[in-house]
Amino acid sequence: MRARILGIGLALLGAAAVAVIALSRREPVNALWFVTAAVCTYLLGYRFYAAWIAARVLCVDPTRATPAERLNNGRDFVPTHRAIVFGHHFAAIAGPGPLVGPTLAAQFGYLPGTLWILVGAVCGGCVQDMTILLLSTRRDGRSLGQMAREELGPLGGAAALLGTLLIMVILSAVLGLVVVNVMKHSPWATSTVLATIPAAVLVGLYLRWWRPGRVLEATLLGVLLVLAALLGGGWIDHQPVLRTWFDYAALPLAGLIILYGFGAAILPVWLLLAPRDYLSTFLKLGTVLLLALAIVLTHPQIKMPAITPFVAGNGPLFGGKVFPFVFITIACGAVSGFHALIASGTTPKLISNELDVRLVGYGSMALESFVAIMAMIAATLLDPGVFFAINSAAGVVGATPEAAVRTISGWGFPVSVEQMRALAQAMGEQTLFARTGGAPSLAVGMASIFGSTFGRGLLALWYHFAIMFEAVFLLATLDAGTRVGRFMVQDVLARLWPPLGRTSWYPSVLLASALIVGAWGYFLYIGVIDPNGGVNILWPLFGIANQMLAAIALSIATGIIIKSGRRRYALVTLVPLAWLAVVTTTAAWQKVTSGDVRIGLFAAANDMAAKLAAGLLPAERAAVAPQLIFNQRLDGWLTILLTAILWLVILDMARICHRRLRGLPLPASSEARHHPTRLRAVRAEP
Amino acid sequence: MRAGPFIASQALVRAWAWLRTLAGDDAYERYLHHRALRHPGEPTLGRAAFCAAEVRRKWEGVNRCC
Repeated sequence: MRARILGIGLALLGAAAVAVIALSRREPVNALWFVTAAVCTYLLGYRFYAAWIAARVLCVDPTRATPAERLNNGRDFVPTHRAIVFGHHFAAIAGPGPLVGPTLAAQFGYLPGTLWILVGAVCGGCVQDMTILLLSTRRDGRSLGQMAREELGPLGGAAALLGTLLIMVILSAVLGLVVVNVMKHSPWATSTVLATIPAAVLVGLYLRWWRPGRVLEATLLGVLLVLAALLGGGWIDHQPVLRTWFDYAALPLAGLIILYGFGAAILPVWLLLAPRDYLSTFLKLGTVLLLALAIVLTHPQIKMPAITPFVAGNGPLFGGKVFPFVFITIACGAVSGFHALIASGTTPKLISNELDVRLVGYGSMALESFVAIMAMIAATLLDPGVFFAINSAAGVVGATPEAAVRTISGWGFPVSVEQMRALAQAMGEQTLFARTGGAPSLAVGMASIFGSTFGRGLLALWYHFAIMFEAVFLLATLDAGTRVGRFMVQDVLARLWPPLGRTSWYPSVLLASALIVGAWGYFLYIGVIDPNGGVNILWPLFGIANQMLAAIALSIATGIIIKSGRRRYALVTLVPLAWLAVVTTTAAWQKVTSGDVRIGLFAAANDMAAKLAAGLLPAERAAVAPQLIFNQRLDGWLTILLTAILWLVILDMARICHRRLRGLPLPASSEARHHPTRLRAVRAEP
Repeated sequence: MRAGPFIASQALVRAWAWLRTLAGDDAYERYLHHRALRHPGEPTLGRAAFCAAEVRRKWEGVNRCC
């Protein structure tokens, strides 16, 4: 009875909060309404929808021994308390995606993005993560690719593998690009981010040689070093000569990042990658907690309108209408296919009881979605004029500050050069114009929130703290993506010549690393020379790739649900699958066929080629035009390839379902046999 | 009257244990515990060798996301 009253109370409160954010037009909305709407939505989804799916659709069985229990080896298969698994899983899935996507989608106003984050997470992303986690747990922790191969067929398996490799390349490129935009002509940011590399190496050496395995003390040391680097960066920024050593344009920074990525891929993992990941995880969890606390304490007003005129498709951050592009721009935070790789990787090997998949799978994704809501708050509490001035590329609004403010004010979002200058000065930067990619405007938003909670005098410090946090976080994901990409390339190369598959054979390591870094380095380079910022092309491509991976995961889940004779529940995964298929295909169709040069990739290439031939481009544009034209066409073909993979997997799934419904032979289920559990309770400590 | 501080200190000890498990700080102790329980008398890895092997194993698959 009490639970029912609580449920009704939550539903009423949540509905009221959603009504306030959806219906407010004149009055500014308080950020607390966003927090209330989000928390109520997640709690209701978790309490009712997740519980129903776990019981009815997935038939979670608490008496069944999990692989962690059956295959316990004290290392990767270990029955672990669900709170600990939740922490591990959340730390693994929460990357920079939910911070960047909502910031970019804020160009449509706060409402479309917020509604998609809430609905997409509760009905799509959380369901996907929980379902794949259970299916993998039932299959001894098999990977998504293996499940696709075994449950659908070789075609599905190959498509999943190719899709994963493509997403690694595009993701790494876009993250590199965001880091470049954070650091260009910012000695403070550049010196701080560079200093995190020796800090990570020191932590690595500490853990390897001085105190093996003492992660907490080593991480504490690392965090202190990184904070010292942050203060040191501020000091460097005030030294007239020293600061010029760290003042770089975008292109050399991109070169540095490519070199760094290659180094991180070939160096021993304990030296750079693992310690950087410890630092990134602690900073990430700490900052997310701090941000949540600060938002609740300051409860800022949202200044961005609910809906901007850019829903019609002429937005400055990226071209395209709100449908389908808001659903592509916000992938992580609503539905992220990448999570399915984690939910079928390390996590299922730690689950001690099948009941835990609800908290770990559904719950972690709900928390990640909450991070996306906080990013949306941080982006939309800025004056809209300021938001657009930071996030619009020079190619869109004009190269000089005067031209940019004129264009942006002309859209009805007033902003002045003085206002931007004062803001840049308060943040300790020379300029904040045209810092595309979402990270700098998020940092300004976070600095405003932290500044008004913990002291306004420290705005510049908070801004660079946020920048450093984002950069460490972005680079950690870039390293990890590169490494996984390297293994996948080695896997493919092994089919040509088996020794190339040996992951510790140096010639093979060098070759595979060069191939994968070369691939994302190419897209990063093109993004940097693109006067429209590059993020406007790369981020939608990443979104399409990520949603395609989600569709693959949901296809596998739907196929397995129907194969196991529970077709009346298949809508649970089929509806999000259908939605993602529609959204991704529509977006891909527009990217390929649209005649609007801000949306259509081929149209943009043809337009630029015609201008180049007619001699209409200024000299510096004409110099890079052939590369940009080639890249737009390449991106167009990539989009076609991604969509083809998506539909191949969907058709493969439909074939399996058709055979099941007609009673024809099917690939056998790879589900492990039922063994009764002997675990009574798993404790956190040994 | 003494129950309060005792409970508080117990909670702290417990929180510390959780934090160590979450960070992987106690991975080696848990490994030793597992070996003693399941494979008594068999040789075990030293701390440094175990930690090195664990780092390699952890970074062989996808463990970080976008």
